[in-house]
Amino acid sequence: MQEINSVGIVAPQTAHFDAPLTLKSGAVLPQFDLVFETYGTLNADKSNAVLICHALSGTHHVAGRYSKDDKYPGWWDNLIGPNKPLDTNKFFVIGVNNLGGCHGSTGAVSINPATGQPWGSKFPILTVEDWVTSQTLLADYLGIQQLAAVVGGSLGGMQALQWTIAYPERVRHALVIASAPNLTAQNMAFNEVARQAIITDPEFHGGDYYAHGVVPKSGLRIARMLGHITYLSDDAMGAKFGRKLKDTIKYSFDAEFEMESYLRYQGDKFAGEFDANTYLRMTRALDYFDPALDFGGDLTCALKKVTAQFLVVSFTSDWRFSPARSREIVKALLDNERTVSYAEVTAAHGHDAFLMPDPHYHAILRSYLNNIQVGGKA
Amino acid sequence: MTVTKQEFEKKFGQEFRHDFAIIASWLPFGAKVLDLGCGDGALLQYLKASLEVRGYGVEKDDANWLACMSSGINVIQMDLEAGLSGFEDQSFDTVILSQTLQAVHNTEGIVREMLRIGHEVIVTFPNFGYWRNRRQILTGNMPVSKSLPHQWFNTPNVHLCTINDFDQFCESGNITVKERLVLTDNKPVTFMPNLMGNLAMYRLENTQLK
Repeated sequence: MQEINSVGIVAPQTAHFDAPLTLKSGAVLPQFDLVFETYGTLNADKSNAVLICHALSGTHHVAGRYSKDDKYPGWWDNLIGPNKPLDTNKFFVIGVNNLGGCHGSTGAVSINPATGQPWGSKFPILTVEDWVTSQTLLADYLGIQQLAAVVGGSLGGMQALQWTIAYPERVRHALVIASAPNLTAQNMAFNEVARQAIITDPEFHGGDYYAHGVVPKSGLRIARMLGHITYLSDDAMGAKFGRKLKDTIKYSFDAEFEMESYLRYQGDKFAGEFDANTYLRMTRALDYFDPALDFGGDLTCALKKVTAQFLVVSFTSDWRFSPARSREIVKALLDNERTVSYAEVTAAHGHDAFLMPDPHYHAILRSYLNNIQVGGKA
Repeated sequence: MTVTKQEFEKKFGQEFRHDFAIIASWLPFGAKVLDLGCGDGALLQYLKASLEVRGYGVEKDDANWLACMSSGINVIQMDLEAGLSGFEDQSFDTVILSQTLQAVHNTEGIVREMLRIGHEVIVTFPNFGYWRNRRQILTGNMPVSKSLPHQWFNTPNVHLCTINDFDQFCESGNITVKERLVLTDNKPVTFMPNLMGNLAMYRLENTQLK
């Protein structure tokens, strides 16, 4: 069956980069691959490109399906397609798997050319700054000098913000959704618990579990279960599961409540397909992101060189990336007299709301994206 | 160059508002303006077109927010009552509260915040002392009119006041009234404004901050 407004069947591509990349930590990646997908057509003056930055567990597969029998579309398919809020009739949309990811871009699971073995524990720790630098190399590869927009939610929003700070001349608009200018101590604490669950798993082997033919599944599973709790609001969990039992109380530690089986299911599913070393590094990139740090904690100073126009969006029930954090970004932009709009969406879903097709939320994105000017059609 | 009535109506497909033109006359060209409770953004759109203001609107209503965005107005979604700490001291040329004063709870606090943020403040509100309102009270009902369109049971208005009330409020709060204009049916009223005037327009500054 033909899906309405879908980008249809898509295929990933790989860009190979031979030049060594020096990371913020000082470590050097001698060469690397970035796997990406594109939707829509790049116009003649290459002014209609929109980069989608993914969050913790996202990938380059943002929209469409790999085959007509593919069970699930890309992770932000509800947003992207012909006549969807991010309209592929107008924009050329790029999804990329971040460096250190586990879906095709070079990461801990890739072969280290120096040893012929998987990188494992030796794979460097990456930062949001490093990702954005690598994304500019992908833009170069695609012949794009300036992006019409960078769009990201959560950790993806941090990348969008970083683009405007580090490469102001290369991005016209930033859509920073359910994000923050840095993580609070409480937010970092969740990451620490997640990492400890992975690192203390006996099958972690200091990060070199590939050589042992095992994966630290139970650690990754617990990390994901914890994450899921923080992505939902208390109300959303209450509405979805409440205190519902699957059957009756059995006086056991089995998954008796529906919430428990949901978390276990999500944890199992994730642990079966995601790489633990990637998870560790993604959470660390979140922790380290703090553009105001070099400016004595003054975000207004950190955003002084920003020229992009901004849409900042938060969700009322998002307690992990609360509206107050988004308002800090808005304030710093206002202090610098930048062009910015801010929407605080009333939503029950918590942090996960940024992925939901809420009509008002989508209307916000649609109207902002409609106003973005691009050159003639290809 | 200000936009004429005809040009405005042709350009924006909406009725020309005399109060908008007066607000524009109180602003320098290219002013940095904050419009609190900006509604659908009509005023900012007018000021942008006529004076190329660098404008930001503050609006809490979802539908109004979208209307602003569609017109290309920068709009910050927040509730005025929750405070304006997101705006620095004296960071705007002018802060405007256009026909919203009567609907806010923390009236005094918001006027103080406006004076903190803006070099100048413009406040407009429907004059409850207007004779047509008084007549309805005398005949025993709460006023309902074009400028006060709601019934008593569904009105968003909580702090209706008269021109005399607002004058006293400014005087007791050490707020300098730089200019005051009163309108009825888009025409200036100078004779007994508290009785004859429908819309009150104030240009304020905070003497304490100067």
